[in-house]
Amino acid sequence: MQKTVEVFGDFLDALPSCPEQLVLNFSPSNAPPQKRWKNNGLSADFLADYLVTCLASSEESNDRERQQAEIKDSVSFIANELLENSMKFSNTQRIDSTQIKLYFDIDRILFITQNSICPETARTFQTYIQKIMDSDPEELYITQLEENAENHSDSGLGLLTMLNDYSARLGWKFEQDAEYQDTITVTTMVQLPMETSP
Amino acid sequence: MEISQEKYTVTYQASEATVCFEGSIRLHGGEPDYLEIVALLNQIAESEPPVITLNLEQLQFLNSLGISLLSKFVINVRKRKTVQMVVRAHDEIPWQRKSLKNLQRLMPNLQLNLLTTKPT
Repeated sequence: MQKTVEVFGDFLDALPSCPEQLVLNFSPSNAPPQKRWKNNGLSADFLADYLVTCLASSEESNDRERQQAEIKDSVSFIANELLENSMKFSNTQRIDSTQIKLYFDIDRILFITQNSICPETARTFQTYIQKIMDSDPEELYITQLEENAENHSDSGLGLLTMLNDYSARLGWKFEQDAEYQDTITVTTMVQLPMETSP
Repeated sequence: MEISQEKYTVTYQASEATVCFEGSIRLHGGEPDYLEIVALLNQIAESEPPVITLNLEQLQFLNSLGISLLSKFVINVRKRKTVQMVVRAHDEIPWQRKSLKNLQRLMPNLQLNLLTTKPT
Protein backbone atom coordinates (compact mmCIF):
# COMPACT_ATOMS: atom_id res chain seq x y z
CA MET A 1 0.00 0.00 0.00
CA GLN A 2 1.33 3.45 -0.91
CA LYS A 3 2.17 5.65 2.03
CA THR A 4 3.31 9.27 2.40
CA VAL A 5 5.75 9.85 5.24
CA GLU A 6 7.09 13.15 6.60
CA VAL A 7 9.60 13.40 9.44
CA PHE A 8 10.46 16.45 11.57
CA GLY A 9 13.01 17.07 14.30
CA ASP A 10 14.96 14.43 16.22
CA PHE A 11 13.08 11.32 15.19
CA LEU A 12 14.80 7.95 15.50
CA ASP A 13 13.51 5.43 13.01
CA ALA A 14 15.69 2.70 14.40
CA LEU A 15 14.86 2.46 18.05
CA PRO A 16 17.64 1.55 20.40
CA SER A 17 17.49 -2.07 21.39
CA CYS A 18 16.17 -1.09 24.78
CA PRO A 19 15.78 -3.93 27.12
CA GLU A 20 12.77 -2.46 28.90
CA GLN A 21 9.59 -0.87 27.64
CA LEU A 22 6.10 -0.14 28.84
CA VAL A 23 3.09 0.31 26.52
CA LEU A 24 -0.38 1.68 27.26
CA ASN A 25 -3.22 1.73 24.72
CA PHE A 26 -6.38 3.80 24.98
CA SER A 27 -9.49 4.02 22.91
CA PRO A 28 -10.17 7.78 22.78
CA SER A 29 -13.88 7.46 22.12
CA ASN A 30 -14.58 5.10 24.98
CA ALA A 31 -14.95 7.56 27.85
CA PRO A 32 -16.26 11.11 28.30
CA PRO A 33 -13.56 13.86 28.06
CA GLN A 34 -13.59 14.66 31.81
CA LYS A 35 -12.88 11.03 32.67
CA ARG A 36 -10.20 10.68 29.99
CA TRP A 37 -8.50 13.79 31.31
CA LYS A 38 -8.38 12.27 34.77
CA ASN A 39 -7.06 9.02 33.25
CA ASN A 40 -4.20 10.94 31.61
CA GLY A 41 -3.00 11.99 35.06
CA LEU A 42 -3.38 8.48 36.46
CA SER A 43 -1.52 6.95 33.49
CA ALA A 44 1.28 9.51 33.63
CA ASP A 45 1.76 8.97 37.37
CA PHE A 46 1.69 5.19 36.85
CA LEU A 47 4.38 5.39 34.16
CA ALA A 48 6.50 7.59 36.42
CA ASP A 49 6.08 5.37 39.49
CA TYR A 50 6.77 2.23 37.48
CA LEU A 51 9.94 3.64 35.97
CA VAL A 52 11.31 4.89 39.27
CA THR A 53 10.66 1.48 40.82
CA CYS A 54 12.60 -0.16 37.97
CA LEU A 55 15.49 2.23 38.45
CA ALA A 56 15.52 1.89 42.23
CA SER A 57 18.78 0.85 43.70
CA SER A 58 19.57 -0.71 47.05
CA GLU A 59 22.00 2.12 47.63
CA GLU A 60 20.22 4.94 49.44
CA SER A 61 21.51 8.47 49.59
CA ASN A 62 20.11 11.99 49.49
CA ASP A 63 21.50 12.49 45.98
CA ARG A 64 19.92 9.28 44.78
CA GLU A 65 16.59 10.23 46.33
CA ARG A 66 16.72 13.64 44.72
CA GLN A 67 17.61 12.14 41.34
CA GLN A 68 14.68 9.72 41.53
CA ALA A 69 12.28 12.53 42.47
CA GLU A 70 13.59 14.44 39.47
CA ILE A 71 13.02 11.52 37.06
CA LYS A 72 9.57 10.83 38.46
CA ASP A 73 8.55 14.46 38.08
CA SER A 74 9.89 14.68 34.52
CA VAL A 75 8.24 11.45 33.36
CA SER A 76 4.94 12.43 34.93
CA PHE A 77 5.00 15.90 33.32
CA ILE A 78 6.05 14.74 29.84
CA ALA A 79 3.73 11.71 29.70
CA ASN A 80 0.81 13.82 30.92
CA GLU A 81 1.43 16.51 28.28
CA LEU A 82 1.77 13.94 25.49
CA LEU A 83 -1.44 12.19 26.52
CA GLU A 84 -3.28 15.51 26.82
CA ASN A 85 -2.08 16.53 23.35
CA SER A 86 -3.10 13.25 21.77
CA MET A 87 -6.50 13.54 23.40
CA LYS A 88 -7.01 17.17 22.36
CA PHE A 89 -6.03 16.68 18.74
CA SER A 90 -7.11 13.09 17.96
CA ASN A 91 -9.47 12.55 15.07
CA THR A 92 -12.67 11.60 16.88
CA GLN A 93 -14.14 10.16 13.69
CA ARG A 94 -11.63 7.35 13.88
CA ILE A 95 -11.68 4.44 16.25
CA ASP A 96 -7.88 4.01 16.22
CA SER A 97 -6.40 3.79 19.65
CA THR A 98 -3.92 6.22 21.17
CA GLN A 99 -0.72 4.60 22.30
CA ILE A 100 2.04 5.70 24.62
CA LYS A 101 5.27 3.72 24.88
CA LEU A 102 8.05 4.30 27.32
CA TYR A 103 11.51 2.90 26.64
CA PHE A 104 14.24 3.19 29.19
CA ASP A 105 17.90 2.97 28.53
CA ILE A 106 20.99 3.78 30.58
CA ASP A 107 21.26 7.42 29.61
CA ARG A 108 17.79 8.40 28.42
CA ILE A 109 14.08 7.77 28.54
CA LEU A 110 12.15 7.61 25.27
CA PHE A 111 8.47 8.50 25.06
CA ILE A 112 6.58 7.59 21.91
CA THR A 113 2.93 8.43 21.40
CA GLN A 114 0.88 7.51 18.36
CA ASN A 115 -2.58 8.74 17.39
CA SER A 116 -4.70 9.72 14.39
CA ILE A 117 -5.38 13.31 13.45
CA CYS A 118 -7.27 14.87 10.57
CA PRO A 119 -5.26 16.42 7.67
CA GLU A 120 -6.10 20.06 8.61
CA THR A 121 -4.89 19.51 12.18
CA ALA A 122 -1.73 17.90 10.78
CA ARG A 123 -1.00 20.95 8.59
CA THR A 124 -1.45 23.41 11.48
CA PHE A 125 0.70 21.21 13.68
CA GLN A 126 3.46 20.95 11.07
CA THR A 127 3.56 24.74 10.73
CA TYR A 128 3.93 25.00 14.50
CA ILE A 129 6.69 22.34 14.55
CA GLN A 130 8.56 24.27 11.85
CA LYS A 131 8.27 27.42 13.97
CA ILE A 132 9.74 25.57 16.97
CA MET A 133 12.59 24.20 14.86
CA ASP A 134 13.41 27.60 13.34
CA SER A 135 13.43 29.49 16.67
CA ASP A 136 15.43 29.73 19.83
CA PRO A 137 13.21 27.67 22.18
CA GLU A 138 13.86 29.92 25.17
CA GLU A 139 12.86 33.03 23.27
CA LEU A 140 9.88 31.35 21.66
CA TYR A 141 8.71 30.15 25.07
CA ILE A 142 8.60 33.67 26.50
CA THR A 143 7.04 35.05 23.28
CA GLN A 144 4.38 32.35 23.46
CA LEU A 145 3.57 33.23 27.09
CA GLU A 146 3.23 36.91 26.17
CA GLU A 147 1.09 36.08 23.12
CA ASN A 148 -1.13 33.74 25.12
CA ALA A 149 -1.75 36.52 27.66
CA GLU A 150 -2.52 38.98 24.87
CA ASN A 151 -4.80 36.68 22.86
CA HIS A 152 -6.43 34.86 25.79
CA SER A 153 -5.13 31.62 24.34
CA ASP A 154 -3.24 28.73 25.94
CA SER A 155 -1.64 27.03 23.03
CA GLY A 156 1.69 25.39 22.44
CA LEU A 157 3.27 25.48 25.87
CA GLY A 158 3.61 21.76 26.61
CA LEU A 159 6.16 20.95 23.90
CA LEU A 160 8.08 24.16 24.53
CA THR A 161 8.26 23.41 28.26
CA MET A 162 9.73 19.97 27.47
CA LEU A 163 12.37 21.55 25.22
CA ASN A 164 13.16 24.46 27.43
CA ASP A 165 12.88 23.29 31.01
CA TYR A 166 13.50 19.53 30.61
CA SER A 167 16.21 19.62 27.87
CA ALA A 168 14.20 17.07 25.91
CA ARG A 169 14.67 16.36 22.18
CA LEU A 170 11.53 16.16 20.08
CA GLY A 171 10.70 14.47 16.79
CA TRP A 172 7.60 13.63 14.77
CA LYS A 173 6.58 11.30 11.97
CA PHE A 174 3.39 11.87 9.93
CA GLU A 175 2.13 8.94 7.87
CA GLN A 176 -0.78 8.88 5.47
CA ASP A 177 -2.09 5.82 3.61
CA ALA A 178 -3.19 6.54 0.04
CA GLU A 179 -6.35 4.60 0.79
CA TYR A 180 -7.35 6.74 3.81
CA GLN A 181 -7.09 10.40 2.81
CA ASP A 182 -9.13 11.63 5.78
CA THR A 183 -6.63 10.67 8.46
CA ILE A 184 -2.96 10.92 9.30
CA THR A 185 -1.10 8.92 11.92
CA VAL A 186 1.26 11.07 13.94
CA THR A 187 4.04 9.57 16.04
CA THR A 188 5.67 11.92 18.54
CA MET A 189 9.02 11.01 20.03
CA VAL A 190 10.49 12.68 23.10
CA GLN A 191 13.99 11.83 24.26
CA LEU A 192 14.69 12.80 27.82
CA PRO A 193 18.36 12.69 28.81
CA MET A 194 18.91 11.01 32.12
CA GLU A 195 21.85 11.76 34.34
CA THR A 196 23.51 8.56 35.38
CA SER A 197 24.21 8.33 39.07
CA PRO A 198 27.80 8.69 40.15
CA MET B 1 -12.04 32.30 49.30
CA GLU B 2 -11.31 28.66 48.44
CA ILE B 3 -11.59 26.54 45.29
CA SER B 4 -11.28 22.94 46.30
CA GLN B 5 -11.11 19.72 44.28
CA GLU B 6 -10.16 16.12 45.00
CA LYS B 7 -6.49 16.71 44.11
CA TYR B 8 -5.94 20.38 44.84
CA THR B 9 -7.01 23.53 46.64
CA VAL B 10 -6.54 27.17 45.75
CA THR B 11 -7.11 29.60 48.62
CA TYR B 12 -6.92 33.36 48.83
CA GLN B 13 -6.36 35.28 52.03
CA ALA B 14 -7.29 38.84 51.19
CA SER B 15 -5.88 40.25 54.46
CA GLU B 16 -2.40 38.98 53.48
CA ALA B 17 -2.93 39.27 49.70
CA THR B 18 -1.68 35.68 49.50
CA VAL B 19 -2.92 33.08 47.04
CA CYS B 20 -1.94 29.55 47.85
CA PHE B 21 -1.95 26.57 45.42
CA GLU B 22 -1.66 23.07 46.92
CA GLY B 23 -1.73 19.50 45.57
CA SER B 24 -1.61 18.38 41.92
CA ILE B 25 -3.28 20.55 39.31
CA ARG B 26 -4.10 19.22 35.85
CA LEU B 27 -6.37 21.82 34.36
CA HIS B 28 -8.02 21.78 30.99
CA GLY B 29 -9.41 24.82 29.22
CA GLY B 30 -13.06 25.69 29.55
CA GLU B 31 -13.76 23.55 32.64
CA PRO B 32 -15.60 25.45 35.41
CA ASP B 33 -12.71 25.16 37.92
CA TYR B 34 -10.26 26.59 35.43
CA LEU B 35 -12.54 29.56 34.76
CA GLU B 36 -13.07 30.05 38.50
CA ILE B 37 -9.31 30.15 39.16
CA VAL B 38 -8.83 32.59 36.26
CA ALA B 39 -11.57 34.84 37.69
CA LEU B 40 -10.00 34.72 41.17
CA LEU B 41 -6.53 35.63 39.88
CA ASN B 42 -7.93 38.50 37.78
CA GLN B 43 -9.81 39.80 40.79
CA ILE B 44 -6.63 39.69 42.94
CA ALA B 45 -4.60 41.59 40.32
CA GLU B 46 -7.36 44.18 39.88
CA SER B 47 -7.51 44.84 43.64
CA GLU B 48 -3.88 46.08 43.36
CA PRO B 49 -2.55 45.39 46.85
CA PRO B 50 1.02 46.68 47.37
CA VAL B 51 2.43 43.11 47.45
CA ILE B 52 0.86 39.90 46.11
CA THR B 53 2.26 36.61 47.38
CA LEU B 54 1.85 33.46 45.32
CA ASN B 55 2.54 30.49 47.56
CA LEU B 56 3.37 27.29 45.62
CA GLU B 57 5.34 25.52 48.36
CA GLN B 58 2.88 22.61 48.48
CA LEU B 59 2.10 22.42 44.76
CA GLN B 60 3.51 19.07 43.65
CA PHE B 61 2.36 19.08 40.02
CA LEU B 62 1.15 21.61 37.48
CA ASN B 63 0.42 20.92 33.81
CA SER B 64 1.31 23.32 31.00
CA LEU B 65 -2.13 24.95 31.07
CA GLY B 66 -1.54 25.71 34.74
CA ILE B 67 1.89 27.18 33.92
CA SER B 68 0.20 29.35 31.29
CA LEU B 69 -2.37 30.45 33.88
CA LEU B 70 0.32 31.54 36.35
CA SER B 71 2.22 33.33 33.57
CA LYS B 72 -0.88 35.30 32.63
CA PHE B 73 -1.36 36.25 36.27
CA VAL B 74 2.24 37.50 36.47
CA ILE B 75 1.81 39.52 33.24
CA ASN B 76 -1.41 41.00 34.59
CA VAL B 77 0.36 42.03 37.83
CA ARG B 78 3.37 43.36 35.86
CA LYS B 79 1.08 45.84 34.06
CA ARG B 80 0.21 47.42 37.42
CA LYS B 81 3.35 49.32 38.21
CA THR B 82 2.63 49.78 41.93
CA VAL B 83 2.22 46.07 42.72
CA GLN B 84 5.14 43.90 43.84
CA MET B 85 5.06 40.15 43.48
CA VAL B 86 6.57 37.44 45.67
CA VAL B 87 6.53 33.77 44.67
CA ARG B 88 7.18 31.25 47.43
CA ALA B 89 8.37 27.96 45.97
CA HIS B 90 10.04 24.76 47.12
CA ASP B 91 13.47 23.66 46.01
CA GLU B 92 12.62 19.98 46.62
CA ILE B 93 9.78 20.04 44.05
CA PRO B 94 11.56 19.46 40.71
CA TRP B 95 9.12 21.22 38.34
CA GLN B 96 9.39 24.38 40.43
CA ARG B 97 13.20 24.42 40.15
CA LYS B 98 12.86 23.97 36.37
CA SER B 99 9.95 26.18 35.38
CA LEU B 100 9.48 29.03 37.84
CA LYS B 101 12.52 30.93 36.57
CA ASN B 102 10.36 31.74 33.53
CA LEU B 103 8.06 33.84 35.72
CA GLN B 104 11.09 35.94 36.66
CA ARG B 105 11.91 36.36 33.00
CA LEU B 106 8.41 37.74 32.47
CA MET B 107 8.70 40.07 35.46
CA PRO B 108 12.33 40.70 36.37
CA ASN B 109 11.55 42.35 39.74
CA LEU B 110 9.48 39.36 40.84
CA GLN B 111 10.93 37.96 44.05
CA LEU B 112 11.32 34.17 43.92
CA ASN B 113 11.87 32.64 47.37
CA LEU B 114 12.92 29.00 47.29
CA LEU B 115 12.38 27.07 50.49
CA THR B 116 14.94 24.32 50.96
CA THR B 117 13.53 22.00 53.63
CA LYS B 118 11.52 18.91 52.64
CA PRO B 119 7.87 19.51 51.75
CA THR B 120 5.37 17.91 54.15
